[in-house]
Amino acid sequence: MTLPPILILHAPGTNRDAEAAVAVELAGGDPRIVSMTDLRTGVVSMSEFGGLLLPGGFSYGDALGAGARLALELRTWLSDELADAVRSGRPLLGICNGFQALLKSGLLGEPSGPEGRRRVTLTDNANGRFECRWVTLRVEPVVRSGWLGSMAGMKIRCPVAHGEGRVAVSDSEVIGTLESERRIAFRYLSEDGHEGGDRLAGGLYPANPNGSAGDIAGLCDATGAVVGLMPHPEDHVVDWQRPGGPPGARGLPLFKAFVDAAR
Amino acid sequence: MCVTTRIEVTAADDPRAGQIVHLVRLLGVPGLVGCRVSRVYHLQGDLSTEEIDRLSREVLVDPVVDEVIVGSLLPTSYPVVEVAPRPGVTDVEARELERAAAALGLPPVRASTARRYELIGDLDEAAVSAISRQLLANEIIEVHSLGSVRPCFDSPAKGEVQVNTVKLAGLADADLVRLSREGLLSLDLGEMRAIQDHFAREGRDPTDAELETLAQTWSEHCMHKTFRAHIRLEHTKSDGSVAVSSHEGLLAALRRVTEELAPPWLRSAFDDNAGIVAFDNDFDLAFKVETHNHPSALEPFGGANTGIGGVVRDVMGVSARPIACTNVLCFGPPDPADRDLPPGVLHPRRVRDGVVAGIGDYGNKLGLPTVNGAVVYDEGYVANPLVYCGALGLLPSGSHPTEPRAGDRIIAIGGRTGRDGIHGATFSSAGMDEATAGQAGTAVQIGDPITQKGCIEVVEQARDLRLYHAITDCGAGGFSSAVGEMGERLGAEVDLAGAPLKYAGLEPWEIWLSEAQERMVLAVPGSRVGALRELCEHHEVEMTDLGRFTGTGRLVVRHGDTPVVDLSMEFLHHGVPRKEMVGRWADPVPESGEVPEVDPTRVVLELLSHPTVASKESIVRTYDHEVRGGTIGRPFVGVRADGPGDAAVLKPLGTWHHDAAVALSVGINPRVGRLDPWSMALHAIDEAVRNLVAVGADPARVALLDNFCWGDPTKPDRLGSLVRALEGCLEGARRYRMPFISGKDSLFNEFAGEAIPGTLLISALGLVPDLHRTVSSAFTRAGCDLWLVGDPSDRLGGSLVDDLLGIGDRRVPPTLDTPLERYMAVHRLIADGIVTAAHDVSDGGIAVAIAEMAIGGRLGVEATVPMVGSRGILTALTNEAAGRLLLESAPARRDHLAARLGPLGRRIGVVTEGSSIKIAVAGGAEPIGVNGDSVSIDLDAAVRAFTVQGAES
Repeated sequence: MTLPPILILHAPGTNRDAEAAVAVELAGGDPRIVSMTDLRTGVVSMSEFGGLLLPGGFSYGDALGAGARLALELRTWLSDELADAVRSGRPLLGICNGFQALLKSGLLGEPSGPEGRRRVTLTDNANGRFECRWVTLRVEPVVRSGWLGSMAGMKIRCPVAHGEGRVAVSDSEVIGTLESERRIAFRYLSEDGHEGGDRLAGGLYPANPNGSAGDIAGLCDATGAVVGLMPHPEDHVVDWQRPGGPPGARGLPLFKAFVDAAR
Repeated sequence: MCVTTRIEVTAADDPRAGQIVHLVRLLGVPGLVGCRVSRVYHLQGDLSTEEIDRLSREVLVDPVVDEVIVGSLLPTSYPVVEVAPRPGVTDVEARELERAAAALGLPPVRASTARRYELIGDLDEAAVSAISRQLLANEIIEVHSLGSVRPCFDSPAKGEVQVNTVKLAGLADADLVRLSREGLLSLDLGEMRAIQDHFAREGRDPTDAELETLAQTWSEHCMHKTFRAHIRLEHTKSDGSVAVSSHEGLLAALRRVTEELAPPWLRSAFDDNAGIVAFDNDFDLAFKVETHNHPSALEPFGGANTGIGGVVRDVMGVSARPIACTNVLCFGPPDPADRDLPPGVLHPRRVRDGVVAGIGDYGNKLGLPTVNGAVVYDEGYVANPLVYCGALGLLPSGSHPTEPRAGDRIIAIGGRTGRDGIHGATFSSAGMDEATAGQAGTAVQIGDPITQKGCIEVVEQARDLRLYHAITDCGAGGFSSAVGEMGERLGAEVDLAGAPLKYAGLEPWEIWLSEAQERMVLAVPGSRVGALRELCEHHEVEMTDLGRFTGTGRLVVRHGDTPVVDLSMEFLHHGVPRKEMVGRWADPVPESGEVPEVDPTRVVLELLSHPTVASKESIVRTYDHEVRGGTIGRPFVGVRADGPGDAAVLKPLGTWHHDAAVALSVGINPRVGRLDPWSMALHAIDEAVRNLVAVGADPARVALLDNFCWGDPTKPDRLGSLVRALEGCLEGARRYRMPFISGKDSLFNEFAGEAIPGTLLISALGLVPDLHRTVSSAFTRAGCDLWLVGDPSDRLGGSLVDDLLGIGDRRVPPTLDTPLERYMAVHRLIADGIVTAAHDVSDGGIAVAIAEMAIGGRLGVEATVPMVGSRGILTALTNEAAGRLLLESAPARRDHLAARLGPLGRRIGVVTEGSSIKIAVAGGAEPIGVNGDSVSIDLDAAVRAFTVQGAES
């Protein structure tokens, strides 16, 4: 059986590509790190791949806001190929900077506001600082994403490492809309989350490390193919990576689900 | 016509606003109740209103949180301060905006950025001025104005292609000295005379570029003249006797010890940009630690930012892929926030916040985990903060080529060259004073980590494709040093006309000497240049062919047809006269001081909350320590991840097929150094080694790095202390059987004649044989035994408690004669899985260390520590004797452990379910048994003391 080929996008400043490749490999995929240059110039085509992963980093230095310039590149150079991928149900996973870029590019299909404007964004952490720490996530029990379905309700322990990871919404109804559309894919759990607790973080730092509205750590689009999250499940794929505590709650099942959907 | 358009973007709930209000309050400036922070973009170009609107919607404005104003300013009743980078200062945001416009297919634009602060509240002019100068803007790199700032665009510099001759022939000594001083050459009379004589023999005067090239190459920063000098040391002992010794080169002495030890795993020491040791059968590790003190004093963010950038390039310069960063920071005390400072000195709090932000920015953006370090607060660093930056790299064994060949092309890759960073090497080879900020503006820069990230990818792949014969970074001295060093044995021919510039109009000597960041120089055979160019294009990295290595033994530089430099490599590298220097050191009279009658519980809590001891979470959590997925030993440990980690343990990507891991640690103690620099070296080595052993590293596989930060070495007391510390390093390397593999010195850390305390940083690189056999400092289980390895000392000299209580003990704790026995024993216990937690005893002493283990595990403890001499409980609890480790182990292992430790250790207590830390002191032979005095600290109080301090300051 051939392993499903997974495209891992590398733009200038991407830096968690190598770990993402390890995670995909352990999950049974065939990762290939492809540069934005090769995609833009058509040396490599997205259609060769069963799934697309946008890893973390600081694409283009995030100088114009996290993921903003990468989002522009995605819209400018790759919109047709990406639309194709989504139409054909191939999974797209954006982690951290990849999530920021997916969201800002419109690929996470926002509920359309009065002027067709985005109503969800990722912006500065509430404490105004870059924050690196381990958190516990829950894959939401009821989630629109089909390929995440096998993981519904499961927990993942992994680090966050970002300065602009706060989910902010334009008005208070947005969270309800996202919930009813089952587009909230991941939420932060409280600090005892990895020891069996199942309470949400309730907006409290540090369990919710950035002040995200509704404890939202990740979203999916209306088709369910596109999934994005701020934390780094690729940094917890083997047991020795975890900082103490009981084993389990690895990120590997997420990559298995992703790779399975790419077959 | 070119018009300038202003775009102002304000985020609805920008957290910076609250931070500014908080920091202004700390400054002691009253009246500010709120702040509105905006990003300002100036665009110059032929754009229609629709195009500007599109650009701002597509890339500048987040519709969820931002408000945008295009064009005119709205009136405001509050004072407004705007801050913009000076022309020539790296402005990545502006450049990215220009590129984004191009990506959108818009006409070419030039962009510049600014920050706008609307200060809401009742503030007079003096308050606004104080806030602007002390918080919002740094005049070294930024302009600020009340109201809107005039946009600055990088514009062509005034200079033309002009090479001037500097008249040296016939100059008298006084004129030579003046020429050196006024030209910021940092050359002394002997060196100026050597240059004068050389050009007299050549029958001409030097060009400006030749003189500058010599000054950079001969600078203390590049040549390490003090470490190569002949030094006579006069050492007055405390009994009044004087020992005179002579040193034929400090660097050579360090190398000699390394050659004596010559362990089989040593690959390269002192020969290259970084030291290299074997990791496994396939890979080597490269490690380097640098300092960036002077720039960080003037512009903390930029100084530290480029400090990380520079040391990472050092590791790239030995063909390694950088995989982790470290940093050790020495600051003045952060409090009080409104203290008086000499003119030209930034407040320690501002220095700290800027340095921390600069380190995080660069390391995080490069995708390197910042895994280990320390922060030391001491009055001695108020005017001269120290910023040590380290980088670790991984390379396939034997993959680093070091022989450029005649005919190889000289290829530069990475960032463009600007006027930034001129005179960095000479600037850092002199002391500072009030006027330095004005003179050194161009020496301070802001980094561009994404450009460097591209270089990392290119260098790694170019190495694997064997595209180059040699590589080095462009550091101090810029192209002049990189090409000059690489071509030392060959000679080189360079044409500067092709060098890519940030803006037109640099004079040739400026291009040649600029220390602009993010550049590497490679010697590439002509047949491989095309392949390298393809690689660079793939990673969007700029590449330039500057010339070739020749074989003539001369360094020839042209700018088009204009000759710029024609120097003999021999004179450039070997013409500097060897210095004759004198050092004097007098040991202090060994007074013991008086330990006051104070409540020991209160003192232990004060030590726990001392900024040097207390949790560094508010700093370290802003560094990504998880990226690359291999961080096993973390900065924070325990059930709530808030106990202190002793050392970093890393599993490099690409080596997951076996279980060995890398460990990194540091040792530093300037307080001991004030009294006895020789002992400081041994104590620092011991601390670094203890930290490594505590996480499971094998003491037989440890390599050391030295970093000496001292004052002006031409002053005998400074040099005397430096030489004593170096002698301590030599002794330490022998006693611990650990080679030094790399080192660096940063001298002239003085402000207006006041020197820093001579500060030696020891960084240690170790191997953990099995990543499953590492332990942390956090207690793991109630009922476990607590063991102590090593003995206390009644000498409090250099300890934190001495500093805190003003005891005045001038005797430092003894050094260890045979340290390896205990460390090997502890290592084997950890490797065999018998020890479940381990922690080194250092700053603050044993009570602090026990409390830290309890905090990490959120468990109680009852322990009895040994009395020492007749000095009482406080001395027993807080002395900082060397060689001590605390170990946790299951009671079932008690006899086994006792047998294996023998006299090296003793059982001192038990981990409890409870919520209190009880530590008694006993003098008798009984290992356990409370006898007389004790301290009892509530666990929650200990947690608060340890963690809240960090959060508040």
